Amino acid sequence: MTPAARAADIVVIGGGLVGAALAYGLARAGAKPLLLDGDDRDLRAARANFGIIWVQGKGPGMPAYQCLTRRSASLWPELARELAEASGVGLDFRRSGGLHFCLGADEYAARAALLDRLAGELGTDGYDTQMVERGALERLLPGARLGQEVVGASFCAGDGEVNPLRALHAFQVAAMRLGAEIRGASPVSHIVVREGAYTLSTPEGPVRAGRIVIAAGNGLGPLAAQAGLGVPLRPQRGQLLVTERLAPLLPLPTVPLRQTAEGGVLIGSTQEEVGRDTGTTVEGAAHMAARACRILPALEHMTVVRHWAGLRVMTPDGHPIYAQSPDGGAFVTLCHSGVTLAAAHALEIAPAIARGALPAALAPFHPDRFHVPNTA
Amino acid sequence: MFRTLPDLPGAAVRILIDGADVAAREGEPLAAVLLRTAPFTARTTPVTGAPRGPYCLIGACFDCLVVVDGVPSRRACMVPVRAGLRVERQHGRREAAP
Repeated sequence: MTPAARAADIVVIGGGLVGAALAYGLARAGAKPLLLDGDDRDLRAARANFGIIWVQGKGPGMPAYQCLTRRSASLWPELARELAEASGVGLDFRRSGGLHFCLGADEYAARAALLDRLAGELGTDGYDTQMVERGALERLLPGARLGQEVVGASFCAGDGEVNPLRALHAFQVAAMRLGAEIRGASPVSHIVVREGAYTLSTPEGPVRAGRIVIAAGNGLGPLAAQAGLGVPLRPQRGQLLVTERLAPLLPLPTVPLRQTAEGGVLIGSTQEEVGRDTGTTVEGAAHMAARACRILPALEHMTVVRHWAGLRVMTPDGHPIYAQSPDGGAFVTLCHSGVTLAAAHALEIAPAIARGALPAALAPFHPDRFHVPNTA
Repeated sequence: MFRTLPDLPGAAVRILIDGADVAAREGEPLAAVLLRTAPFTARTTPVTGAPRGPYCLIGACFDCLVVVDGVPSRRACMVPVRAGLRVERQHGRREAAP
């Protein structure tokens, strides 16, 4: 016997940080979204991220992405306040500025050149990210002794950090309190579009939806295609290490080190093209640990307590993809930086989807940009 | 709480725990000494400061972390006793000072 199809006005497919932020934003905007989350064994980038809200260095070649990143980072303080209140979950959010360390003169010069390029492409006065030389860097990090190779860093006051697992939990709790329904272990295997409505195949039977938001991360490609949108993406593996809990050492997040509120120092991250392999490697751990110790030699004597990896989402140009299907009822949201962009997703993009159309400012993020015309 | 077995092998030695002179047997796990030495704890946790003592005794739970001869976060259940070992109970978060 086939169970009767369940129905919802709007369904979010995917319960990672992107889907959960959108479900929260939709519920907050008065919709009653149904979020269908995947299986426990599905690839989950939201469990392998570093927890930085990161503006600096993002968006070469795409000023719209620079703008979106800045917009979202600037919305995070407001989001963190209301989300903590709505969910009762502490997020360990702080917007303290962030650093990207440079080892040696070549790295410093390359970083400075990237910032020059980004400042030129953004075209505003008073670019918000600066290079800081070692002396100024030592004043920003009074509790840390820097390795001799550290010549400086880039600093952006708009950067910050949050506990990404708590943020995910908070989005889910707050969304449900606002009327969203969340169903776990409900991966959508197929989408059929008929007469302006969507029928989604799930293990517990079909779900009918007036509108859908596909936020399925690394599983998004086939679903987007069935909804009429070609979206190119690939997984990129990121390995991470975390140390035992240490007394406060880093007053602000950095690349590649972030100290959590509980005291563990996260050491990131590899960027590997290995298909769907979620394994860890000794080489990856050794590479990350060596660089961490070149930056902060005190870490040499600290104990690593966990080493894990996740597959993050990567698009051909590294920038997010937002699109609405030609029939208007399906939305695709895909990005690498689900933490940074969560505030834009929850507070601006979800309300726009609830009203029926993506914000006009997201037009540059359509996957049409990857369709290079054939030359004659 | 716990007492040593009467036929425990190993030479009788002395070690220091938080500066106190304690009797032990060479080669027994340091955790065993902590279990029979008041206040029977190894450390306090980094987040809430709750006391912890040796628990799994097989190196898995990390509840018996102590400072051994100046090296923090050693698992006492994995450290065999030697004469003159200097042990300190570990409190809260470890310092990563230079």
